Amino acid sequence: MLRNIIVLIKIVPKPEEVVFNPETKTVDRSKARNEINEADKNALELALKLKEKYGGKVITLSMGPPIWDKYIRLGVAMGADDAILVSDRALVGSDTLPTSLTLATAIKRIGDYDIILCGEESSDGGTGQVPPGIGGWLDIPHITYVSDIADISEDGWATVKRTIKGGHELIKVRIPFIAAVELGSNKPRFPDFRRKRWAEREFQLKIWSLQDLGLEPDRVGFQGSKTTVTKLEEVKPSERKREVLTGEPEELAKKLYHILKEYL
Amino acid sequence: MEDIWVFIEQDEGEVEGSSLEVLSRARELGDKYGYQVTSLLFGAEVKDLLGDIGRYGADRIIYVEDENLRVYNAEVYSKVLIELVKKHNPNSILFSATRNGRDLAGRIAIPFNSGLLAHVISLDFDEEGNLTGRVPGFGGSIAAVVKCINSRPQLATITPGVFEARIFDRECIYIEEKVDIDLTPKNYIVISREKTPTKDISKSDKVVIAGQGTGGELDLVYELAKLLDADVGVTRPLADRGLASRDIQVGSTGVNLKSKVVLILGASGAPHFVSGIKDCNLVISINTDPDAPIREHSDYFIVGDIFKVIPKLIELIRGGGGCLEI
Repeated sequence: MLRNIIVLIKIVPKPEEVVFNPETKTVDRSKARNEINEADKNALELALKLKEKYGGKVITLSMGPPIWDKYIRLGVAMGADDAILVSDRALVGSDTLPTSLTLATAIKRIGDYDIILCGEESSDGGTGQVPPGIGGWLDIPHITYVSDIADISEDGWATVKRTIKGGHELIKVRIPFIAAVELGSNKPRFPDFRRKRWAEREFQLKIWSLQDLGLEPDRVGFQGSKTTVTKLEEVKPSERKREVLTGEPEELAKKLYHILKEYL
Repeated sequence: MEDIWVFIEQDEGEVEGSSLEVLSRARELGDKYGYQVTSLLFGAEVKDLLGDIGRYGADRIIYVEDENLRVYNAEVYSKVLIELVKKHNPNSILFSATRNGRDLAGRIAIPFNSGLLAHVISLDFDEEGNLTGRVPGFGGSIAAVVKCINSRPQLATITPGVFEARIFDRECIYIEEKVDIDLTPKNYIVISREKTPTKDISKSDKVVIAGQGTGGELDLVYELAKLLDADVGVTRPLADRGLASRDIQVGSTGVNLKSKVVLILGASGAPHFVSGIKDCNLVISINTDPDAPIREHSDYFIVGDIFKVIPKLIELIRGGGGCLEI
């Protein structure tokens, strides 16, 4: 019987709806719709499957602004038993070092954790550094690029499938551990209608501040970060001929053949 | 003299090519700013690899041999690396942004409170000696200039394919380190592995790339690629669906291509994808949608149905073009 299964969830703007303003060199996310980071949904799905098989309680944990509330509820609608949001103005500007510290501290506060799952990386930050970082702060094993957790034995070991270059490996890892789940490794379930309504209207999201975690403000945010973004640049697309070819398939194939001929 | 370390990955005796790209870039930075460049190599029997690695720009190679280091193991590798960092205090540690490079860098940043730049596409030091680089964001349409702030060691993972592995004609010394800790894994044991050799398409001259428009029907794509003597790449949605390995996924979360020619079949041209083809010489794409964004990123944009055009193209290549008139 598993104890707590904690799933880290980040809310991200839909990448195609984020606009970069080349004049002000700023990113405008205000018009972009938000969603749960796709790989985090895969992590939640895996957590729910583990719960079905081995018991335990699935708790989602996020770090971000209060407006994430309504998106986090979708995780509860999918089947999470509880959800916690760490939210504090002092966290603004945190890079991966204070982010992993904050999440690790919140995980300790939740306590009784056996398995921590998260997506391999977020679609907006995309560093993939937070999972190994949390493993470091908690001094527990971390495994990245996990496509499945095949088995959990009575004596506290899990068998985990990890993607490697050209294939995969099976790793036996001792509980508790943190696993970063690969994007697309499973099919996240759709929320049940009644549970969704309950999650949206009645579920009480827990919001924790830095003080709740006992973390000093100078260890997080801009002050606690060891990297900084100095500026944003627009990446100009390469110069291309942009010659458009139209016609019947046969004609197009001939044109294409002539373009490709010198490379054959 | 302060030290730039480059972590060289090996897997069962095979050196990861992108680690050598990072090493060559470290050599350039070492010459420019006066750093010593040290390669790190962990493995079971790695002495045979030293000579070749040294040629890519190292002043010295620190290597650790142990049966428990034969393949990557997050627990054991991080333990050894942490010991070495404590002993030698390097200025910087650079990794190729492979799965294992990212895995290891993310872990060792914690005990040293290190700044860690993630999968940068350029790398330099600023006037204060802080590592700085550019990171593609939002699918590659924006690059953020990032830097480490006063941390030692400072860390970075570098996207494979952005630097060239170059041979430098210089002396390299080899130093075997014996770490005085038990390397038997306690909590993380690799019990089996299944690998098939994969082609590193970042070095391929010709690549046929399959997108969503192929419907995941890759037989036609492979048939064409074979005739063109090209390799196959895919866009992210196809890799997400498990239809192809991420090792051949093109774009900002996958491989950057430097090919002479790429033929893109049924990819719309999402920003994270086009960042992977921007260094290619000739880009040809086929799409049924005349307004697909990929058009802007193509030298030739063919408006057509790949399932009609490609079989005809295959016939033409097979027949050597024949006496067809254009």
